[in-house]
Amino acid sequence: MRRTGAQIVWEMLRREDVDVVFGLPGGAILDTYHCLQEYGIRHVLVRHEQGAAHAADGYARVSGRVGVAIATSGPGATNLVTGIATAMMDSSPMVCITGQVSTALIGSDAFQESDVTGITLPITKHNYMVTDVDDLADVIHEAFYIARSGRPGPVLIDLPKDVQQAETAFVPPDGDVPLPGYQPVVPVDPAEVREAADLINEAERPVILAGHGVLMSGAVETMRAFAERIQVPVAVTLLGKGAFPGHHSLSLGMMGMHGEAYANHAIQEADLLLALGMRFDDRVTGRLERYAPKARKVHVDTDAAELNKIVRADVAILGDVGQFLDEILPLTETVSQRPWLAEIERWRGESHSRDILDRPSNGRLVAPYVIDTLQQETGGQVIVVTDVGQHQMWTALYYELDCPNYLITSGGLGTMGFGLPAAIGAQIAEPDREVWAIVGDGGFQMTMQELGTLVQEDLPVRIALLNNGSLGMVRQWQEMFYGGRYEATPLANPDFVRLVEAYGIPSWRVSDPGDTLAAIGAARSQPGPAFIEFQVAREGDDGNVYPIVPPGAALHEMIRRPDLVGEAETGREGHL
Amino acid sequence: MSRTLIALVEDKPGVLARVAGLLRRRAFNIESLTVGHSEEPGLSRMTIVVESDLIGAQKVAQNLNKLVNVVNVEDITEQPTVARNLALIKVRVSGGARLEVLQIVNTFRARVVDVGLDTLVIEVTGTDEKVEGLVQVLGAFGIVEMVRSGRIAMLRGSEPQ
Repeated sequence: MRRTGAQIVWEMLRREDVDVVFGLPGGAILDTYHCLQEYGIRHVLVRHEQGAAHAADGYARVSGRVGVAIATSGPGATNLVTGIATAMMDSSPMVCITGQVSTALIGSDAFQESDVTGITLPITKHNYMVTDVDDLADVIHEAFYIARSGRPGPVLIDLPKDVQQAETAFVPPDGDVPLPGYQPVVPVDPAEVREAADLINEAERPVILAGHGVLMSGAVETMRAFAERIQVPVAVTLLGKGAFPGHHSLSLGMMGMHGEAYANHAIQEADLLLALGMRFDDRVTGRLERYAPKARKVHVDTDAAELNKIVRADVAILGDVGQFLDEILPLTETVSQRPWLAEIERWRGESHSRDILDRPSNGRLVAPYVIDTLQQETGGQVIVVTDVGQHQMWTALYYELDCPNYLITSGGLGTMGFGLPAAIGAQIAEPDREVWAIVGDGGFQMTMQELGTLVQEDLPVRIALLNNGSLGMVRQWQEMFYGGRYEATPLANPDFVRLVEAYGIPSWRVSDPGDTLAAIGAARSQPGPAFIEFQVAREGDDGNVYPIVPPGAALHEMIRRPDLVGEAETGREGHL
Repeated sequence: MSRTLIALVEDKPGVLARVAGLLRRRAFNIESLTVGHSEEPGLSRMTIVVESDLIGAQKVAQNLNKLVNVVNVEDITEQPTVARNLALIKVRVSGGARLEVLQIVNTFRARVVDVGLDTLVIEVTGTDEKVEGLVQVLGAFGIVEMVRSGRIAMLRGSEPQ
């Protein structure tokens, strides 16, 4: 069976069960594009390669399958870089295929040549440059295997033009991947599980910290059964949202810099932290020397390099979270009464109402109200994709959800511009589900050209733009920690409604809280994409995310929403 | 302090760059890094000496192990090993220094591998300390040029890594 390299690309993608790719053609990848038609794989044409990478990432996170992005050499490939780094930080399975100048020209600074394998070396799980067409099929097979196995991540394949053109006898890989140095999953050590169980059985004030790894391991149900059996409250990381039902009585919500006060208090007062599939990011720990000082730590992760990287674990367990939970469950004693929970309840009552439920009622539209309304309207039953910044934290705090993989967000890299293209990928992964992109005015303008992709693909993504006329999170830091000097954060914005309407997308503008519900209803009733601009408060209590752990502070030293007690005369009320 | 790691790696393009790049990215200081073929076709063995404590070296090893082309990594600092360094030292021997240098070379069980009009090239292999000792002594005569291999190391006993 003679095939060109270009044909082998599509042949192999089909064999790897790929039915959609995101990309943008160019000179060095033209041969591959030329054969696309023969293979019946859907191609989503983006407006900028960064959009292709984020869309493939969003697709992967929602579907659990490998997302595929394709770009040409040089600038096409370098435009993928931000998206690849985003996927790497959040362990998202992705394969990127980039064109490259012909092998004879490599190293000569040819037109649109860039050293993409060199550039992406530290931001890919692995990468390849294929210089012999006979290696191509095996490389693609390996790339998919590496991307999806163990701790997933992006893999890049750089494909010189002459390799795409070269013909060879196509031999499908036989399934075995000969990678002597790659051990994606290591079985958990029963002795260590036993040790962990002893610590859990002894603990009086335990807290489970659930991360992205719980979702990726498919261990949501097991963890819930486990938490209920031993009556341990569960705090989640940003990427762990959905790993535990947000409305469960044992749920502490999100931990960390913008976590709820009672969740952070619980962590600081705990005598045991059971960290599952999370990596103690600095946004989670606050000041490390004073992090959870009373707690012993059990850390379970599938990546050996994460164990003891930041927090020294008393028991560090390498392996799959799901397998760990299966094995520890029978070793733990059922708990019926845990006084610790009552203590947490007292903190919850006070902090949840103060930081989350309280809202100014001065007639101004505030972002938490918008998110809360969307949450109530949708019942937490839609896929929400965020950008990065204040609106992301508000979404994490106010859009409580019970379903796994329903909040898609750039956590590790914090990539502004992620929201819209990732929502495109999410909608393609789940065409029958409602998808909302919640974005800010800063990040939206980094990738809003993908509105063109949205329209061309006729995807019914709903976009909620929270417009506060500034790079809000940076502005908040300037207000709180930099003496209120708003250097380079105010934005002179376009008329977003007219701009989006120019793409033919029905659009609404809301500045009065009373119009919020109707606009959301109108957007939801559209058969195709829809857009709402919410003009929300910019500054002060109305425009800031609370609580916030200041940089350098310990986790419990949060800045809380200013206390509203005794401020009734200023026109505030206790609840929505 | 320095720690010695031995890594068995696949002999594929870019492996050295991956290893060196990872050490750079994770901010580990490389004292020396040597690489060459191993006893098994397709596999190379690296000896990496990093400036680090035990915990730092564990992190290096875990991160190196994550590289797809790295087959295994071991911190052998505390284990019984044979470690060797090779140096070529070009030393000035004008005047009456030649005899004296030859005596020193003998004492160190080094070898003269090139004789010039007023220089000798000396080859020495041994532990870091021995090589360093010779370098110090020859320094008095004037070292014109020197090249060192960096440490290569192997576990003692019959078990392969």
